[in-house]
Amino acid sequence: MTQDLSFWTLQTLNALQLSMLLFLLSIGLTVIFGLMHFVNLAHGALYALGAYIAATLAGTAGFWAAILLAPLGVALVGVVLYGGLIRRMRKSGPMAQVLVTFGLIFALLDLTRILWGDLALAMSMPAVLSGQVDLLGVSYPAYRLFIIVLGAAIFAALALVLARTQIGAMIRAGVDNDAMAACLGINVERLFFVVFCVGCALAGLAGAVAAPLLSVTPGMGLQILIPTLIVIVIGGLGSLKGAIAGSLIYGFVQTFGAVLAPQLASVLIYALLAAVLVIKPVGLFPAKG
Amino acid sequence: MLDLDAVSSGYGETQVLYGLSLKAQQGRVLAVLGRNGAGKSTTLKTIMGLLPRRGGSITFEGRPIAARPFDIAQSGIAYVPETRDIFPSLTVRENLEIAARRFGGKGADWTLDRVVDLFPRLGERMRNGGAELSGGEQQMLAIARGLLMNPRLLILDEPTEGLAPIIVKLIHDKLMELKQAGLSMVLVEQNFGFATSLADDVVVVSKGQVVWSGSPAAIRADEAVQHRWLGV
Repeated sequence: MTQDLSFWTLQTLNALQLSMLLFLLSIGLTVIFGLMHFVNLAHGALYALGAYIAATLAGTAGFWAAILLAPLGVALVGVVLYGGLIRRMRKSGPMAQVLVTFGLIFALLDLTRILWGDLALAMSMPAVLSGQVDLLGVSYPAYRLFIIVLGAAIFAALALVLARTQIGAMIRAGVDNDAMAACLGINVERLFFVVFCVGCALAGLAGAVAAPLLSVTPGMGLQILIPTLIVIVIGGLGSLKGAIAGSLIYGFVQTFGAVLAPQLASVLIYALLAAVLVIKPVGLFPAKG
Repeated sequence: MLDLDAVSSGYGETQVLYGLSLKAQQGRVLAVLGRNGAGKSTTLKTIMGLLPRRGGSITFEGRPIAARPFDIAQSGIAYVPETRDIFPSLTVRENLEIAARRFGGKGADWTLDRVVDLFPRLGERMRNGGAELSGGEQQMLAIARGLLMNPRLLILDEPTEGLAPIIVKLIHDKLMELKQAGLSMVLVEQNFGFATSLADDVVVVSKGQVVWSGSPAAIRADEAVQHRWLGV
């Protein structure tokens, strides 16, 4: 089976699909952390919320509206969280932040239970994406290909904004040195708010596009949290490059590990994480060198 | 124009300023001298809102100064820190543009072209990353960045620290040009000759308080003061 080229193509596509999903989640988390040294463990819960909103809307408003509205809904929840909680927690140190946002996971988990119940929701994919596509000699689900393309497009868009626009330069300056950025008249607090909302929206988008592939359950946010944290620790905090590199490494190690060395698969990524921490404790591409 | 009255401040548990008072006048250069650890940098950081004030008051142009660095910068004070704090992830051009963003609009005194005229070296380095500059270039960029905010008051923390004599001379000449153009400045310095040749007024800080104030000529002539407070 491993001699067959189509096996490699297929698994590469699977790895890319997982990577892109993780990228959508990790980019928000890592930039929020890099910009404000704020640890938001509830990021995974926002992903779950995105999936729930999308699965609910898809039935009535259709798939595309659901995919569009779920990130907006999650961003709105982000606005409320920011105003009510996170802004007050900004200066309270990592321990308090971890405790509060960890508590938030359970609050959001129970909120989804109250609103949607314990049963798993299903979301169907649109007809155009429900078939198979012939690509490089393999037949691959169109929907998974859509996730890969979407993730790559968002990566490209973010890279462009960060590298070429004034707000991108302001974000990079804020990650480099937020005190000096403020001394140049940059409203770092507002910048953080914008980045936080975009990060929430991307987490919601990740949940929404993942919903048709997985069954939507209250626990899905907690399940994705650990991989997302591994991604940003391997990639290095605060950088787009780190988020995409960490996501690709996780996606490929996890996917190929599962098919080539199934008995090792569950420890492989942790072994890699440990190796990175020993060799380069700050991760591969941290924003601060 | 800038008035510090009995200001107390410090880092965490450690108090550094004990009721420090000083005045910077419009259109003049005030040099703040003193030994290492006297509280000179702490004074500037407290002015910029980077350290919380625990007592006393600061007024800028007659109004109480804002609390947050962002608002203080908006009110017309530019800060050139001791560590220069060039953004390494930004190019030289981006470092400049980010400062000019709010303050470099139409009719602004300082523009990108004008700071490049002042420091032609920066013009050659526009596309370089902030991390690729020499110490002297970083200092030029930090000053240029401050000027692009078109401030009414420029505060500089040890602009000559760690620089070669030829660069110190260049920075001196440029600051002299700015002074002659009427820019108000507060200059913290260890380099006694550099500071007293630029300043109109001098204060000496020790243990978080102002212990002497007068003219540059007076302190140059007074070896007892130099010896006692500066270890010159």
